[in-house]
Amino acid sequence: MGIELQNITKKFAEYTALDNISLNVDSGDLIALLGPSGCGKTTLLRIIAGLELPDSGKIILENKDTTNLPPRKKNVGFVFQHYALFRRLNVFDNVAFGLNVLPRGERPPRKEIRDRVEHLLKLVQMEWALKRYPSQLSGGQRQRVALARALAVNPKVLLLDEPFSALDAKVRQELRRWLRKLHDEIHVTSIFVTHDQEEALELADRIVVINKGKIEQQGTPQEVYDHPANAFVYNFLGNVNVFHGRIRNGKVSLGTHHVDAPDELKHTEEKPSQAFVRPHEIGISKIQSSGSDLVGTIQEVRLLGGQIGLNLECEGFDNPIDAEIPRELYVNLQLAKGDKVFVSLNRVKVFTGDYAI
Amino acid sequence: MAFFQRKRRNILPGFGLSMGYTVFYLSAIVIVPLSMVFINTIPMGWEPFFSAVTTPRVLASYRVSFSTALFAAVFDAVAGLLTAWVLVRYRFPGKQFLDALVDLPFALPTAVAGICFATLYSPVGWLGKSLTSWGLTIINTPTGIIIALIFIGFPFVVRTIQPVLEELEPEIEEAAHCLGATRLQTFSKILLPHLFPALLTGATLAFARGIGEYGSVIFIAGNLPMKTEIAPLMIMSKLDQFDYNGASAVALVLLLISFSMLLLLNAVQEWQQKEYR
Repeated sequence: MGIELQNITKKFAEYTALDNISLNVDSGDLIALLGPSGCGKTTLLRIIAGLELPDSGKIILENKDTTNLPPRKKNVGFVFQHYALFRRLNVFDNVAFGLNVLPRGERPPRKEIRDRVEHLLKLVQMEWALKRYPSQLSGGQRQRVALARALAVNPKVLLLDEPFSALDAKVRQELRRWLRKLHDEIHVTSIFVTHDQEEALELADRIVVINKGKIEQQGTPQEVYDHPANAFVYNFLGNVNVFHGRIRNGKVSLGTHHVDAPDELKHTEEKPSQAFVRPHEIGISKIQSSGSDLVGTIQEVRLLGGQIGLNLECEGFDNPIDAEIPRELYVNLQLAKGDKVFVSLNRVKVFTGDYAI
Repeated sequence: MAFFQRKRRNILPGFGLSMGYTVFYLSAIVIVPLSMVFINTIPMGWEPFFSAVTTPRVLASYRVSFSTALFAAVFDAVAGLLTAWVLVRYRFPGKQFLDALVDLPFALPTAVAGICFATLYSPVGWLGKSLTSWGLTIINTPTGIIIALIFIGFPFVVRTIQPVLEELEPEIEEAAHCLGATRLQTFSKILLPHLFPALLTGATLAFARGIGEYGSVIFIAGNLPMKTEIAPLMIMSKLDQFDYNGASAVALVLLLISFSMLLLLNAVQEWQQKEYR
């Protein structure tokens, strides 16, 4: 087991940042801690690194209890959101830092340090910048140097705290793919923190969704996306339309409209429910295909890259419904603002219980 | 430097006006008054000038002034760094009070400080009494001068380091710890190089101030010729004897040495900063 967290709790004054969190990470996995800001994910990462101490609980790295070790004894690589490179040292010395501070007996010879730093910089495609100072590099380049620096000490675990969030969208996407490739090459057990569901879905072997200091769900991206455990997870993993209604006699009411309740909720007594539909799972047509279609009017048309976003006002619904359709379909149907269309809700996901967005 | 870099149209407006003002200000406040020292010295002729500034007593006074100012500046650098560190990195009750206290040497008339030190360290004073019983004399020794100069120069170091320390994010230290550095290594390899330019500036200011300091020193130094007579006092005593030429000759040498040292330290700083920005 790469990382084992047992019952980690952390409180700041009155506020509980982490509430009894237990988590196991297999060696060599790349894990995403996904959650809204303030959910405790960064605190959890800092506790694993030893930068914060938990109030209770245990941290076991590679079968060794490291709960009370100071950060420098944990052998953990940490990549910070804002790089935290040493400004007075050039790229080479930044990456070599972890090796240069080893006690004399353990420190590799100069030549070996040089080779290792050059190898790492080649790995992060920064070998050309050996003599540069951090201020002469772009954000993406700095973060790659920071990654090489963290890897230089052969860490048991690599921790990344929102590593790409300070970068612009294009670079972010590039680095994401690149990190995934790098991880496939070096296989160091890694945890990265993010609030970006796309980043988590694209990059991680497993996703751990955290909210208010608790784990809501964990699993592969596929599992978490297709079978969200609760309304929070479903909502957090992408855009949604929410319909507040009631579940009654195996039917769920959405406005004046009814759909069949999912099997596990078929026989529950009457209670409040929320139904969720993702915008891209809404069908738009000019011809009524079944009796359950809604009738809507297009209020607004937005261009979203390859998709077209429609804002629909539907009969019997208080709030407008967001839909996303391929651009081709939009052109073929010759849709325009003010048109009447038939709207079908595919894959409605129903949750009961109180959940406010 | 900026004067020669004006190649393209500058985005910042008013370069001509502000540069003109700067030159005028420096001339009116610094260069013209100080050039009087030159002008007063020139009629002396080379021989009398040379003999006036190389009498053993004058040479000794330079030695006392520069060595005590240097000691005090080095001490201030260490103590000031520590104080700035405490003020920036920790939160504790009375922090505001302590912060205000740092500036006090700026505000106090230096003679008041001198008299306080003289009373405190005199053989019958609070501290002087016990120090004398251990065989240590502060008053009428270079040590006394150094103590006075430490007091005068202290705020310069604290106030130059504080802002640099404030902008240094704690993540830098955390990163060093995660990479296996001990606290001492983090300090010596990361923090100190980062703070060094500010530290040098602060110490330079303290040093420059120490060379010129008069009020606080004369009360504690005892002003023994060849031992604890500082250069500014030398100038004063020559003036008292209506030896105006002699006074301006000593002043000129003091001025030239101080200025060349400041110039040198500025050059060191420039060289230090060059690579990173």
